[in-house]
Amino acid sequence: MASVIVRDDGFHEDDLGSEAFSTLDDLELGGAEPCAKLEFGNSADPAAILDYLPVIDTIRIPFPDFTDGRGFSLASRLRQLGYNGRLRASGHLISDQYPQARRSGFDEIEISEELARRQPAHLWKLPDGWRSSGYQTRILKNG
Amino acid sequence: MYDYSEFDEGFVRARVAEFRGQVERRISGALTEEEFKPLRLKNGLYLQLHAYMLRVAIPYGTMNSRQMRQLAMIAERWDKGFGHFTTRQNVQFNWPKLVDVPDILDALADVSMHAIQTSGNCIRNVTADHFAGAAADEIEDPRLTAELLRQWSTDHPEFQYLPRKFKIAVTGSPNDRAVTRAHDIGLRTVRGPGGEAGFEVLVGGGLGRTPMIGKVVRDFLPKQDLLPYIEAILRVYNLSGRRDNKYKARIKILVHETGIDELRKRIEDEFTARRKSFPGVDPRLLESLESGFAPPGFVSLGDAPYKDAVRADSGFRAWAATNVAAHKAPGYGIVTVSLKPVGGIPGDATSEQMRALADVAERYGHDELRVSHEQNIIIPHIHRARIPSAYEALKEAGLATPNIGLASDIIACPGMDYCALATARSIPIAQEISSRFKELGLEDRIGPLKIKISGCINACGHHHVGHIGILGLDRAGVENYQITLGGDATETAAIGEKTGPGFSADDLVPALERLAGRYLEVRQSKDETFLESYRRLGATPFKEALYGESLRKAA
Repeated sequence: MASVIVRDDGFHEDDLGSEAFSTLDDLELGGAEPCAKLEFGNSADPAAILDYLPVIDTIRIPFPDFTDGRGFSLASRLRQLGYNGRLRASGHLISDQYPQARRSGFDEIEISEELARRQPAHLWKLPDGWRSSGYQTRILKNG
Repeated sequence: MYDYSEFDEGFVRARVAEFRGQVERRISGALTEEEFKPLRLKNGLYLQLHAYMLRVAIPYGTMNSRQMRQLAMIAERWDKGFGHFTTRQNVQFNWPKLVDVPDILDALADVSMHAIQTSGNCIRNVTADHFAGAAADEIEDPRLTAELLRQWSTDHPEFQYLPRKFKIAVTGSPNDRAVTRAHDIGLRTVRGPGGEAGFEVLVGGGLGRTPMIGKVVRDFLPKQDLLPYIEAILRVYNLSGRRDNKYKARIKILVHETGIDELRKRIEDEFTARRKSFPGVDPRLLESLESGFAPPGFVSLGDAPYKDAVRADSGFRAWAATNVAAHKAPGYGIVTVSLKPVGGIPGDATSEQMRALADVAERYGHDELRVSHEQNIIIPHIHRARIPSAYEALKEAGLATPNIGLASDIIACPGMDYCALATARSIPIAQEISSRFKELGLEDRIGPLKIKISGCINACGHHHVGHIGILGLDRAGVENYQITLGGDATETAAIGEKTGPGFSADDLVPALERLAGRYLEVRQSKDETFLESYRRLGATPFKEALYGESLRKAA
């Protein structure tokens, strides 16, 4: 069954497909352009991919269940490590979690067609000013 | 008192609107029950034994008269005319209807209150010393830290789906009235090498089915490092806490299984990385907290009315001896209003009583109230000259029980009367103990004694840290009460020790009478408390009192 990709501007077809993703073992260092697409298990240690960051252009983090919040910490940590490429959450996430996913550093979410039917695109719309509207930004210096 | 900003107001209103939408989507089927559950929990809504229960946040237990009156109104309009104050300094309404909940949340928002993160696997309402800002032994008001943590943890995108719930407590005094050693994170304000205030950080404390005393993970944390350090702890926990078994998912199990030294290393690594990009807290926010929690304008009055009342009124004298504590400001007292009338339900207050409390706080107490984790209400700043008038008003409302810190000042969870998890009754047991001890005149002879009752292994009644702890279990369909002794919730925290086989509901109170009798026999003087006697003599004489008779019978 095809997946649906949720982005800020609505639902999209998957432009990658699941076969495009490699695991960390398959990655090779070197190469001129970052082009690797990494499937990153949510029990993996982000520090392990530090050396590979220059060759990666997409990382996909699975959510086995929407109550399993490890992916939010992994995304935050990858961004903190300096990863600037595309970051995708994949699996069971509900529309109410989209702002949290975006604020944690994800760019998009890959959901099932079943979920996309039950929770249509308008439910995933972000509130205005979502990026800086939380307490976490506001309480900081220059927040 | 700290006033919510326009931002807080907007945030709370937006959350109410969001929850209204979520309720509608649950009804339309867009959300499954499984998906709706964490969303309602994050907004304080539980499904209990008979009905929904709404848990309203009272951050660090502090509120004003206007807020208390609104709770009274909510209890009357949408519940059965009373509320239940809890061990997490919150208030619970036990009978709201699901369709009314968004309206109740709106009514709360009208007075800057909400039910956000009072439940669910997220960072819960931060608790603090209920004597904050009034205690004579205070290094710094812990609410400055608690309010900063409230803001930081509210809707934190990274920490809304943790392995399990997460509780933080802060004390600003060496005397720990906030049970910091039984929290996921406990912060104890201490002075650093240069005399500056900072924190000793404890991690991995907790009660429940595996009680643990928190371990020191950092001896001294400078204040400016608080948020990156707490974030580091939470991130390590979110990534490595167990998710395979909800009973092993709290951070105390991670501490236990990983070892504090290894965990400290991981936290320090994460902290070092986090601190690099941490810009610091906005100084304007820190200023607004400082001014928000500045002491009220204390007045100077003679305290002749107080002295006269002590002389003339034995009722007042007895009440003042237990319910009034020393205040840092000259002439002032801290008044604890007992919500434990003899034979009553610990922590319950009717709408009328809530209004009486609001009136007293407004008229005599600089308009401030606190909820204590011991399920009482504190009016923290009353000048001694005004305490007799406050006492009269409280007495009229049935709120002048003179028993703070005594045998009938019992912490009890809701137990089988309300809770779906409970395996035994707690409230009726508390009622029976307090009635019987009063009847026998035991309470006054015993003096300071903390009895704490939980109706199941989850330990919401804090029985592990009661001087006498009572745990109600179900043994083949019959209630059975286990007794633990020697627990302590303060800076000398300890988990109570099991004494032996449990007692039936009928045999429990007589067993406690024997226990109290033995203490009165063995204490060295009136000044040696139950806990001190227990620590001096060990469990043996007390076990004999509990089981001697039945052991002899069995022989």
